[in-house]
Amino acid sequence: MSAAGDTDTVQALALEEQRLRALEVAGQVPDPEVPVLTIADLGVLRDVRVREGGVVEVDITPTYTGCPAMAVFTMDIETALLAAGFSSVRINTVLSPAWTTDWLSAEAREKLRAYGIAPPAGKASRRALFGDDQVACPRCGSLETEKVSEFGSTACKALWRCRACAEPFDYFKCH
Amino acid sequence: MTDALFTYVLRLADDAAILSQRLGEWCGHAPTLEEDIGLANVALDHVGQARALYSYAAEVEGKGRDEDQLCFLRVERAFRNCLLVEQPNGDFAQTIARQLFFSAFMLPFWEKLTGSSDATLAAIAAKAEKEAAYHLRHASEWTIRLGDGTAESQRRMQEAIDLLWPYTGELFEADDTVSQLVAAGIAVDPQGLRAGWLATLSRVLEEATLTLPAQGWMQTGGRDGRHSESFGHLLSEMQYMQRAYPGRNW
Repeated sequence: MSAAGDTDTVQALALEEQRLRALEVAGQVPDPEVPVLTIADLGVLRDVRVREGGVVEVDITPTYTGCPAMAVFTMDIETALLAAGFSSVRINTVLSPAWTTDWLSAEAREKLRAYGIAPPAGKASRRALFGDDQVACPRCGSLETEKVSEFGSTACKALWRCRACAEPFDYFKCH
Repeated sequence: MTDALFTYVLRLADDAAILSQRLGEWCGHAPTLEEDIGLANVALDHVGQARALYSYAAEVEGKGRDEDQLCFLRVERAFRNCLLVEQPNGDFAQTIARQLFFSAFMLPFWEKLTGSSDATLAAIAAKAEKEAAYHLRHASEWTIRLGDGTAESQRRMQEAIDLLWPYTGELFEADDTVSQLVAAGIAVDPQGLRAGWLATLSRVLEEATLTLPAQGWMQTGGRDGRHSESFGHLLSEMQYMQRAYPGRNW
C-alpha cells in the first residue's frame, strides 16, 4: 500500500470516528415535549455525515408535518454539536420514508409508559375508519380505558381516561 | 410541464393553508375544550402540509420566492384553493360537514399520490395521508354524533350537508393542468376517486341517519382564482402581519 493510501485510510477512519461521535451527541437531544425520549429513540434522527474541518450535516424527519417541536429540535441539535466542538452544523429535513411509531424501540415504549404516557398500541400499518386499539392505562395497567379525544396536547398524542383508576392520561398515537 | 406542476402543487398548498386558517378561527371558540384542542391539531396538520407544499412550489417555480411569500404576499385572485375549504365556519355542524367532505376526498387522494412519479409529492403524500386518516375519523364521528343526536342537532347537520354540497363538485374537476400531469404519472386523476368518496359518505351519513344530497348543480371557480365573497376577509386576517411588517419572521 502506498503512503498516500495510508493517509487516506487514516483520514477516513478519523472522519468515521467523528461521525459516530456526532451521531451520539445529536442522538441524545431530548424531545422538548416528551423529554424522556431522545431524537434517536423517536427515529427523528435519520443520518449524520461529517466533512473535513468538523462540518456536520444532520438529516431529521418530522413526526407530523406541522410538529412545532421541529424548530426546537433543529436549534438543540445545532447547539449540542457546536458545544461538542464541531465547527459548523447543517440540518436537512427529509420527508421520506415517512416517520412511523413502528420505529419506537421496546425500550423507548417502556420509557414512555414509566413517564405516564401510554405507548402506541399495535402497528401503524393496520388501520380502520372506526375502532381503536386496546390501550393499557400507564398508571394501573388496566385495559378498562376509553378515548376522550383523538387529539391531545401535542400532535402525536390523544387524550384517554382509565375507568379502573379514574386517571386521565396521554396516549402516544399509533402513527 | 413546469408551469402545470407549479399550479398543481400551489392548488394543494392553498387548500391546506386556507383550511388551516378557517379551522384556526375556532381556537378559543369550540364547543368543548377537547374539541378546541382537536380542531387546532387538525389546523396544525394542514399548516405543516401547506409549508411542505409551498416550499416545493417555490422550488418548482424557481423565481426566488419562498413559502412565506407564496402564502402571505399573493392577492385573492392568485389563490388556487377550491371553494369548499374557504367556506365560513358557520355553526359547528357546517365546520364538520366541510371537514367530512374534504377529508373523505383527501385521504384516498394522498394514498394515490404516494405512487406519484414525482418523488417530492410522493413523500409529502406519505406523511399527509396518515394525518388525513385522523381528520376523516374525527369528522365522521362528529357527523354521526350530531346526525344521530337530538332533533335539533340532526336538523342542523343535515342543513350543513345540503349547504356545502354544491362545493364538492370542484374536488373532482380535472382541467388541462391536471390531465397533463395525470398523463405524466405525477398527478392523481380525481375522477377515479369519486366512487370511493361517495361510498365513504354514504356509510357515514347512513349511520348518522342523514340523507346524501342528489347530484345537482355544482359551484366552480376556485382553481382559476374566482373566490367567494368572504375570501378577501379571510386573506386580510391571514396576511395582516406580513403586509404590515414585510419580511418579518420569528
